[in-house]
Amino acid sequence: MLAALGDEARPLAGGQSLVPLMKLRLAAPAHLVDLNFVPGLASIARENGTLRFGALARHADIEASSLVQQVPILHDCAAGIADVQVRNRGTIGGSLAEADPSGDWAPVLLALETSVHVTGPQGERTIPLADFITDAYTTQLARAELIREISVQVPPKSSGGAYLAFKRCAPVYATASAAVQLTLDASGTCAQARVFLGCVGLTAVRAADAEAALAGKDIGTKTIEAAAEAARAAAEPHSDMRGSAEYKKDLVAALVRRAVEVAARRARGERVELSHVYA
Amino acid sequence: MPETAATIPRVPIRVTVNGAEQALEIEPRLLLVDLLREVLNLTGTHVGCDTSYCGACTVLLNGAAVKSCTVLAVHANGGEVLTVEGLARNGELHPVQKAFAECQGLQCGYCTPGFLLATLQLLRGNPSPDEAAVRKGLAGNTCRCTGYQNIFKAVEAAARAMR
Repeated sequence: MLAALGDEARPLAGGQSLVPLMKLRLAAPAHLVDLNFVPGLASIARENGTLRFGALARHADIEASSLVQQVPILHDCAAGIADVQVRNRGTIGGSLAEADPSGDWAPVLLALETSVHVTGPQGERTIPLADFITDAYTTQLARAELIREISVQVPPKSSGGAYLAFKRCAPVYATASAAVQLTLDASGTCAQARVFLGCVGLTAVRAADAEAALAGKDIGTKTIEAAAEAARAAAEPHSDMRGSAEYKKDLVAALVRRAVEVAARRARGERVELSHVYA
Repeated sequence: MPETAATIPRVPIRVTVNGAEQALEIEPRLLLVDLLREVLNLTGTHVGCDTSYCGACTVLLNGAAVKSCTVLAVHANGGEVLTVEGLARNGELHPVQKAFAECQGLQCGYCTPGFLLATLQLLRGNPSPDEAAVRKGLAGNTCRCTGYQNIFKAVEAAARAMR
């Protein structure tokens, strides 16, 4: 149907970004193809070591899913998106397809092993999330292609993650955010680290130097400080109404510091509640 | 020729609003809030910001709080909508309404219908919310008068009354 309607058609998922954009006349598609009545697109399931989210799985359903409780960084993300009204409608697939630089899911899912399963007139293909989002508001989706499913590898028991954002208030996009996933070895040393930053680049920014500062180290004050400083350097924020570039860099350092602390405690098996910071 | 309101074909929907089933023919682009206010004359649901920020237009769609200015009316097809007009029963205010009145959880009242419905969803899912849960549950609703303290007291009082 999307193929038949051509370039002027847009798929509609939860509508929490597209409907406001249309009301502002920033988007004016001639046709909307509503995915909400497609059966089976909203499931959340675990198969062996993989969590599978249907594209239409809503943030609120992900927040409430017992399967997601086992991967705390996913729960941090789902529970912190906008407000309850938006979480009741918005979908994980819609969020990734929109590829807003301030979106919450991209940094979190990039900190895990995530693949995007896409379907279209040419059939199915699977794209690693790191390749799927190519630029701000730009993905590899071809015309008439849709996200069908997002699959996430469940990290090992010795792994822990945290996602933390700073927001002026719930309904608005974050000023900056940090997603951290740490995997410890048997001695408690950090074997692998993933650090991604949100809202401070055209896409989620990988803080590779912050990861290098953590890998192979014991997670203590000095290591955390080194990672936070490396993340500050990796951020590429612009000054805007949410804050100056310098302020956002400071914010990134603070968020990474806290996210690494929580991720490390979770990797050691501790249950830690985490919620975003609101101004 | 561009499509205009006159040439866009209407679509049939069936939706239960405050317990009454409605069979309607609507433009597919109609927003849920406009269905309620303009078609069904249920003007208790208010439009505040019209940008999905303020939550004044909050209603329950199949039990879930939504911002009706950011939901298409066709998405309510086959479903149930509860608005502020559907809260009172037989002339008796709903416990959430009573609590907001008794605690003075409002000043100008413009945001109140949205707060009532958001509170109802919160308390249905969590009959004894702590302060953090109340703040999280109402984070999508903005009040520019009260400073929120009396609203939090009202939610607490409503929770006690509903348990």
